[in-house]
Amino acid sequence: MRTPTRSAPFTHAGTSLGRIMGQVMVALVPATAFGLLQFGWPAVFLFATTVAAAAAFDALGLYLAGRPVADGLADGTAVLAGWILALTLPPWAPWWIGVTGAGIAVLVGKHVYGGTGQNIFNPAMVARVALLVSFPVPMTTYIAPVPLWEAAAPGFVEALAITFGGAQPVDALTVASPLDALSTALHGGAAVPQARDAVPALKALLTGTVPGSLGETSAGLVLAGGLFMLAVRTISWPIPVAFLGTLFGLAEVFHQIDPMHYPTGLFHLSAGSVMLAAFFVATDPVTSPVSRTGHLIFGAGAAAITFLIRTWAGYPEGLGFGILLMNAATPLIDRWARPRIMGRDRNGRPLAGGGGP
Amino acid sequence: MRPDYGAIVRNGIWDNNAVFAQLLALCPTLAVTGTATNGLGMGLATAVVLVATGAIVALVRRLTLREVRIPVFVLVIAACVTLVDMVMKAWLFELHSVLGLFIPLIVTNCIILGRAEAFASRNPTGPSVVDGLATGVGFILTLVVVGAVREIIGHGTLFADAHLLLGDAFAWLETVVVADYNGALVAVLPPGGFLAVGFLMAGKRVIDERLRAGAPATGPVAARAAEPAP
Repeated sequence: MRTPTRSAPFTHAGTSLGRIMGQVMVALVPATAFGLLQFGWPAVFLFATTVAAAAAFDALGLYLAGRPVADGLADGTAVLAGWILALTLPPWAPWWIGVTGAGIAVLVGKHVYGGTGQNIFNPAMVARVALLVSFPVPMTTYIAPVPLWEAAAPGFVEALAITFGGAQPVDALTVASPLDALSTALHGGAAVPQARDAVPALKALLTGTVPGSLGETSAGLVLAGGLFMLAVRTISWPIPVAFLGTLFGLAEVFHQIDPMHYPTGLFHLSAGSVMLAAFFVATDPVTSPVSRTGHLIFGAGAAAITFLIRTWAGYPEGLGFGILLMNAATPLIDRWARPRIMGRDRNGRPLAGGGGP
Repeated sequence: MRPDYGAIVRNGIWDNNAVFAQLLALCPTLAVTGTATNGLGMGLATAVVLVATGAIVALVRRLTLREVRIPVFVLVIAACVTLVDMVMKAWLFELHSVLGLFIPLIVTNCIILGRAEAFASRNPTGPSVVDGLATGVGFILTLVVVGAVREIIGHGTLFADAHLLLGDAFAWLETVVVADYNGALVAVLPPGGFLAVGFLMAGKRVIDERLRAGAPATGPVAARAAEPAP
């Protein structure tokens, strides 16, 4: 008779990768639903295409690696990567942007490194940056929000033509995202008060009725999702707090020094995909450091790089680069900020007074 | 013993391919393969240097003291590269201005010193020239394939500007693979070089696995077993 052999741990909290990914997806639902409603059918098609492509590429990668396909798909990491990627895409982008991005995220970003848990860089951010560098025009063509129920919104068939047929969005609808508008105005020599006229009010940025990527416009709803994840302990506080705190602090310092050229900290926090990055991307357990000190360094570094790029570099948004660069620094941070081993001090020596033999 | 030219050629082009098997010369491979034409130009220049240095090093190998062989090889290589550089500047000026910095850097290309040390300094002139040629052809093929992959993905063309390198007679090589193509710029940028080389290397491994699975008797272990004991 054969008894099945099991290995430790024999008692655990019942969490699994699939469960954690499920919690993250639940937290993403409000912001996603809002984005889909606000940007209409083209956004729905793009979202569905990207997520489906991510799952398909994951199945392909698992098959090529000779691993059980169903088990690998069920952990949800690929679907989540596709989901987050879709949220950072311009809502009316053509379908091939979503498919190419999903391929880069899942195959190059994850499977090339050896699959789930082995990747150095966050897959969704790898794909976003590769798309931004490769296809600058479709990746920066933003449209004004036209809620699904309004007459001006494209119908089902018209939306099919936009997403799959390469039909150009109506010119009157294409606009600049808040960060683009600010960046352009500032480079044009305007001071912040005038440039601010080109930028939506803070309240609009919080509720999300502004042009922008599919799921990042509503800072408030993304923040709510993030707080939910904190409440159910899917993520821990150091990375988001260090990220948001550093970005706010840097922005406020510069705003106080020269309010004519640097927007306020609140603007930085609510514009672009800061909330999405702080709660959903930077906290990726695979690509962030292990210890709490490491988390704080990671969050602060990503925010500092983001602020540098937003303020002085050519791209209006620097989140993807900030997070990828800190992903690259994660092994270094892990060496420096090691977690303390139980019963030992931070240098690995046994604690004194332990009562020897 | 008669040199086994077939094995030398096979080694240089496929089995011990400088880039995909030995991981040598990655700097020019990654840097100049934005298009197939650039890859071809760089590969040709390197191959010429490989053949010339192989011949000269094999000729002087008995005159060279073991202790000073490396400086001697480097001098020979530097002289050949300087000649190639000047020739290209004189007759292929447009291509030279594209490849620019990387032509003089052939001096430091580890394939060339590697072949001089590992092969030409221990073998007669004939096999050394064949070895240089085979390694050079392998390098040309590698650079052209990497360049073609990156060019097709990045620009949708193949062998663009080939007439600058090969003369107007070869203008027919310039093809547009995908018309009205947006161009995935990342393939032409440095990350695309790493990705293309990585995926092609994986592809070569897959082919090798298939070949080994199909013909088990020709693997290196079987070959060693077939040799008479020394």
